[in-house]
Amino acid sequence: MTTPILTAEDVSVAYGKVEAVRGVSLAIPQGQIVTLIGANGAGKTSLLNALMGLLPSAGRVSFRDEAMASVVAEERVARGLSLVSERRDLFATMTVEDNLELGGFRTAASARAAAMEDVFARFPRLRERRRQVAGTLSGGERQMLAMGRALVGRPRLLMLDEPSLGLAPRIVRDIFHIIKALMQTGVSILLVEQNARAAMQIADYAYVMELGEITVHGPAAELARDPKIIESYLGLGHHR
Amino acid sequence: MSSSIALLLVQDGIINGAIYALLAVALVLVFAVTRVIFIPQGEFVTFGALTLTALEAGRFPASVWLLLCLGVTAFVLDLARGRTKRALIPIARRFAWDIAAPLALLVLALVLAPMKLGLAFNIAMTLALVVPMGPLIYRIAFEALAEASVLTLLITAVGVHLAMTGLGLAFFGPEGFRAGSFTSLSFALGPLFVTGQSLLVLAVAAILMLALSIFFGRSLIGKALIASAVSRRGARLVGIPEALSGKVAFLMAALIGTLSGLLIAPMVTIAYDTGFLIGLKGFVAAILAGLASYPFSVLAAIFVGILESFAAFYSSEFKDVVVFMVIIPFLLWRSLSGTHVEEEE
Ligand SMILES: Nc1ncnc2c1ncn2[C@@H]1O[C@H](COP(=O)(O)OP(=O)(O)OP(=O)(O)O)[C@@H](O)[C@H]1O
Ligand SMILES: [Mg+2]
Repeated sequence: MTTPILTAEDVSVAYGKVEAVRGVSLAIPQGQIVTLIGANGAGKTSLLNALMGLLPSAGRVSFRDEAMASVVAEERVARGLSLVSERRDLFATMTVEDNLELGGFRTAASARAAAMEDVFARFPRLRERRRQVAGTLSGGERQMLAMGRALVGRPRLLMLDEPSLGLAPRIVRDIFHIIKALMQTGVSILLVEQNARAAMQIADYAYVMELGEITVHGPAAELARDPKIIESYLGLGHHR
Repeated sequence: MSSSIALLLVQDGIINGAIYALLAVALVLVFAVTRVIFIPQGEFVTFGALTLTALEAGRFPASVWLLLCLGVTAFVLDLARGRTKRALIPIARRFAWDIAAPLALLVLALVLAPMKLGLAFNIAMTLALVVPMGPLIYRIAFEALAEASVLTLLITAVGVHLAMTGLGLAFFGPEGFRAGSFTSLSFALGPLFVTGQSLLVLAVAAILMLALSIFFGRSLIGKALIASAVSRRGARLVGIPEALSGKVAFLMAALIGTLSGLLIAPMVTIAYDTGFLIGLKGFVAAILAGLASYPFSVLAAIFVGILESFAAFYSSEFKDVVVFMVIIPFLLWRSLSGTHVEEEE
């Protein structure tokens, strides 16, 4: 196994008395896809927000061998950590192009244009819609824009929170193809998904989260054969 | 009322309206980016005008003391809050900007003010002394309140306003001053008497508006400011530091306010509290535009200016009352039609 690009040790998140994440430890190896699956309310989004520095949390997070405790979210972005959030958080009143340009806020102006071209090549739909206002995009286009915006910043680790949320099966397939292709460019990926079957297929390693804790983890191919995982997460009843 | 008097009143109203428009735009800008309703906006008008008149008379501008106070406070607070890294170089850098630079300006002002170096120098010096107060005020009063409610921010803004007028009184004294005209140009246009100063007001206001629209439409920093206003989380996710947007917004508000002060210094007598009233008229315009739209703020400001000049013609005691009363039916209509300025989340 390669050295991890990100490690979390004993991370906890609490909303007042509610403990959403309890003592989670995980490691994301360089250049791999790691997936995090779990039922609604398991604490996946809370964990991602904590890793990004958007939520106060206990425990230790280190990214590229640097402790993140005193590094605010904006600076984590500058160091190559990026989150495509569940709510997308696009700039709704601004054009697709402006959204993408701002994705490169922390990168050099010279690199930004090339990165935007790259994103347009990956998502031709965005090129067609470049002058359209983000708030008027369809759900699928919005997801592409959120991913595209993150990619313009040339992240080292991309954290995706339910990229397939609310999308038609064909678009979901496209998005998963793109995620797989991204990994081949050397980006490490942490993929949070309800669509566990698809996520396990492209992931190298998987963590299962229940009620704020990691209950099972292992190579994705092995977990995909685990009868208990199949029953709870990969069974037929779990298609949405 | 004869039509020529009406024309005269409209002319007057448009010129005042241009100043209100600038202030309204600054208020909308600061609110959009930081959710602060920036009551002290008018103080920059006061300090700009009073600094100019002091320099013009060859007196030492008291705004230096204010700048130094703010610089020292910001420096100490940032250090105490741990916002300045406790290492030699970051501390030295902050010290240079917050304390050494105002001290250098102090020396410069002491030496150069009595020499009466002329209008260009006076304007440059005024901008150098007053504009940096904007970001300093942001750092001292608002940066730590990024998560606070609009109401908390408003109360803080009122506090800052009271402190600034108090300091204005302490440093500048209660007297009012008026600057000499920037240009002696004037001519008759039909029934109207047009002064160069009033043309200057309109020209500078127009140029500033144009510059602002280019700034927001084209530059990455301008877009980042809009982005922070549209989605604070989105802005953080692309790495736009919240404090950067805040500081830039306050810097621009201070610049706009100070320029407005410079422009009207030759047209009205300004005392330590005059700017507040002028700022409030800009505030009325900004409210009429729902604190949201720049073009509507400008139109509303022109309307406020014209309304004020007609009200002043009929009854000078009631002119302010009339202007402030237009807010009431408007707020009533807005609260009934249910289009409030919503808070995020
Ligand atoms: N801001 C908040 N205040 C209070 N409780 C919260 C808050 N955000 C999340 N929670 C709670 O924390 C728990 C974990 O939520 P979280 O969003 O992290 O789950 P999730 O695994 O991402 O779920 P989903 O799959 O539905 O997105 C839930 O019980 C949720 O109700
Ligand atoms: Mg979630």
